[in-house]
Amino acid sequence: MTKASMTRWLALGLSLALLSPAAQAQQASIKLGELNSYARQAAFTVPYRSGWQMALDEINAKGGVLGRKLEIVSRDDGGTTSDATRVADELVTREGAVLLFGSFLSNVGVAMADYANQKKIVYIAAEPLTDAITMAQGNRYTFRIRPNNSMQVGMLMEQAKASGVKRWAIVAPNYEFGQSAAGAFKRLLKEQIPDAEIVAEQYPALGKIEAGATVSALEQAKPEGIFNVLFGPDLTQFVREGNTRGLFEKKTVLSLLTGEPEWLLPLKDEVPEGWTVTGYPWDEIKDPKHKAFIDAYRAKFNDTPRLGSLLGYMVVYMIRDTIERAGSTDTEALIKAMEDAKFDTVIGPVTMRGLDNQATMGAWVGKLVLKGANGGMTDWSYKDGTSFMPSEAEVKAARKD
Amino acid sequence: MDLSFLAIQALNGLSSASSLFITACGLTLVFGVTRIVNFAHGSLYMIGAYTAATLVPRLLELQFGPLTFWAGILLSALIVGLIGVLIEVLLLRRIYGAPELFQLLATFGIVLVVQDLTILIFGPEDILGPRAPGLRAPVEILGRRFPSYELVLIAAGPVVLGLVWFLLRKTRFGVLVRAATQDREMIAALGINQALLFTGTLFLGAFLAGLGGALQIPRVSAHAGMDLSIIAEAFVVTVVGGMGSVPGAFLAALIIGQLQAFGILIFPKSTLVVVFLLMAVVLAIRPNGFFGRPEVIGGTHAVGIASRKRSVLTPFLWVAVMGALISLPLIGDAYVLKVTTEILIFALFAFSLQLLIGVSGVVSFGHAAFFGLGAYGAALSLKWFALPMEAALPAGLLLAALGALIIGAFVVRLSGIYLAMMTLAAAQIIYAVAFQWVEVTGGDNGIVGVWPSAWASGPVFYYLFTLAVTSIAVFLIMRIIDAPFGYALRAARDSEPRSEAIGLGVRRHRWIAFTISGAAAGLAGGLYAFSRGSVDPTLLGIPTSVDALTMLLIGGIQTITGPLVGAGVLHVLRDLIMPLTSLWRLLLGLSIIAIVLIFPRGIVGSIRAWREDAA
Repeated sequence: MTKASMTRWLALGLSLALLSPAAQAQQASIKLGELNSYARQAAFTVPYRSGWQMALDEINAKGGVLGRKLEIVSRDDGGTTSDATRVADELVTREGAVLLFGSFLSNVGVAMADYANQKKIVYIAAEPLTDAITMAQGNRYTFRIRPNNSMQVGMLMEQAKASGVKRWAIVAPNYEFGQSAAGAFKRLLKEQIPDAEIVAEQYPALGKIEAGATVSALEQAKPEGIFNVLFGPDLTQFVREGNTRGLFEKKTVLSLLTGEPEWLLPLKDEVPEGWTVTGYPWDEIKDPKHKAFIDAYRAKFNDTPRLGSLLGYMVVYMIRDTIERAGSTDTEALIKAMEDAKFDTVIGPVTMRGLDNQATMGAWVGKLVLKGANGGMTDWSYKDGTSFMPSEAEVKAARKD
Repeated sequence: MDLSFLAIQALNGLSSASSLFITACGLTLVFGVTRIVNFAHGSLYMIGAYTAATLVPRLLELQFGPLTFWAGILLSALIVGLIGVLIEVLLLRRIYGAPELFQLLATFGIVLVVQDLTILIFGPEDILGPRAPGLRAPVEILGRRFPSYELVLIAAGPVVLGLVWFLLRKTRFGVLVRAATQDREMIAALGINQALLFTGTLFLGAFLAGLGGALQIPRVSAHAGMDLSIIAEAFVVTVVGGMGSVPGAFLAALIIGQLQAFGILIFPKSTLVVVFLLMAVVLAIRPNGFFGRPEVIGGTHAVGIASRKRSVLTPFLWVAVMGALISLPLIGDAYVLKVTTEILIFALFAFSLQLLIGVSGVVSFGHAAFFGLGAYGAALSLKWFALPMEAALPAGLLLAALGALIIGAFVVRLSGIYLAMMTLAAAQIIYAVAFQWVEVTGGDNGIVGVWPSAWASGPVFYYLFTLAVTSIAVFLIMRIIDAPFGYALRAARDSEPRSEAIGLGVRRHRWIAFTISGAAAGLAGGLYAFSRGSVDPTLLGIPTSVDALTMLLIGGIQTITGPLVGAGVLHVLRDLIMPLTSLWRLLLGLSIIAIVLIFPRGIVGSIRAWREDAA
């Protein structure tokens, strides 16, 4: 032990003490805390950031909200639950964020919901889709915009019924999102097609699929239909191997999220045509308000929109409406303004159901098709979320609050 | 299961094995010559894939044909080879003299830098490369379709093995590489230009990593997570095969490929753990892998704490520091207290690792296992037995100690890099259990609602509680280091045969040290669980182990206060950089590299060395 090392220790303690934030300099702006996996899940989150940035610029150009400017303090959540809650704590206690929104992975979303409940701060889950966020782990501080796994699987289940397929195989990433979606599929299948059976299940680790082996294992079970939950790099490998080996030929394939441009574009011309998917057919949207958003986005970023872009844009506008209606940034007032509130968004009216804090935003369901050099959706329709939401009894049975 | 299915699955396994071998072969060559455990090898693999996925389509536009495709693959591998040369000349060359672990840390810095640079250069989206011209159509094998490109891959493994064999056996460069693998000092003494040899080896290693990555583009889209997903497997291959042994790597890759292909049929959810189970079993039976040789006694691992005279001022300084820490709640706000609480916890965690690495010479890559066991032990006893915090923390400590006792029994039989890899395997197996046993552990969502007892809740009281517990634990470990037991550990670290000759039970001593260290890490883990309110499998993951190592190394492996300072520096660095920019990995990586270059003995160690030089 020497003096030198001790002085380092002291200097450290002092520097820590001095780091304590002085009075927040900008009283004028309302700070929103945003966190997402910008490095680990860049394909979705970077367009998402462009989306909320665009909404933010528009809102502030029109004078902000409650006469104050909106400010979004954005952080990378590291893609892990521990980093996310730490970053959230920093946003709340140091930056003085009035509410939190964001996160991508479902397990991170569940941890954030728990954090919101403990710290009594509003958290709006933008992307995480697991049912748990609004069901088993749900709480009054946690809200979700996108349709959850059960709702999206429910939309696809209509197609499953129409196909008449009885022998199903499941392939899903082995973490909260994949497990939750697979669970929802099994539950709904049992309810709606009682004589159907699951003949194979594969759960490769997220980002680590052994595509060749997985495809042959599925093939071996000779399913008539496949339910896929893979996304990102896992999906690309799976599709390529499956195409080569003819896994998808003469089979009904239902796939969550695959129609979203963020996962479709990397497939290029190897799009598995005929898959029934949930997604975002931005290129065929005709509704003027929605079209105006798409055109403005393309002009501003010189890029085509992803679903993330739309989501980021919608979330910030919904937050603005909430704060405006609440008249303050007090947590209780925000919750009151959000529950059972109707929002007029670019895709039409969306209601935030107060029962489970799940919004009625729907999804676009259609079939994959090759359009020139890239994939797209055809034969699609927008399914409003309202009719696919879990019933009041289901919600009350699952939620603890 | 019919025969044709088994045959196809075996072919699937063979093609994975080939790809894995090509990459791991580079890793093992680099290790053999430079003795550097190159964490950045996976990053080179990723660069290879990104380069090829961008370059090859452009070349194919110029002239479509198989020749262009393969030329593009080779060109990409060459580019990666040159990047390897760049890394060697700019960074590694300056730290060959540093402790091995420090080199590991530097390469980990490269990993962070490359992650951000890759996204900056190639964009956030995954890039799917073109299929190989002429190999698009599948072939029929026993009535089933099989991609013809996979057949080419299966052939590529043995071809690379043959070429590397030729290079090593029939060329002067190969003779030198083999000589250096056997005895680095000797070939230096014989007047061989080491700089050139090392640069050449790094080029070859990086070239193979790049080739491995580039060959993947027709099957895998280039994406940002490739580096870490390949590096763990490549490590397993090199260790199972025996570090530095190319045929060993080939055999290990074959076995792992088959295990994965058939493993998913039996355990569709636990493909990852199978690989680490294999490594644990192989190391338990063959402590140096298939074809590895025992490491040279008295290698560079033997650096650590030495005895030195204490300054008379030391007790006063301790009192001053404790006084400052105790009075921190008077000036700091809730967030500062939270950060300091975490620093204290990580300081204890890193310090427990110091007892292993600095004192016993037992390098653990899997220390997170005990941190996580402590956290899970505390959380589980709270959740399932409704124990209060006062009982849950000791329960966590006990679970961690028990885990360390069991794992230690296997670990202390090994040495050097094999020992480190055994600890890594153990940590990964525990990680898999926590991840898969959803009913008990909550899977990857973990356990929430782990909050301290009423009297210790609130940032101030929990901070003071953590301060009291960590101070006592650190003090006790310091006593252990200075006790005869600690001296015995140091003796065994510096010379195992001599310690045994004077009658010290080396393995028994190390086993006890391993258990104590595990218990201390478990205590830190329990404290961390209550400070965060939740536990999840990331606490058991490789990044947590790397964190502890980084803190220890940044602070200085040869000093007692090093890990404590290192924990503070790393945590504050992260806390300062992360909010500033989305390029925090780049900055953190650069800071780590800078620290390695400026403070080659860690911050505390270097400062002390400078003072001693000046005196």
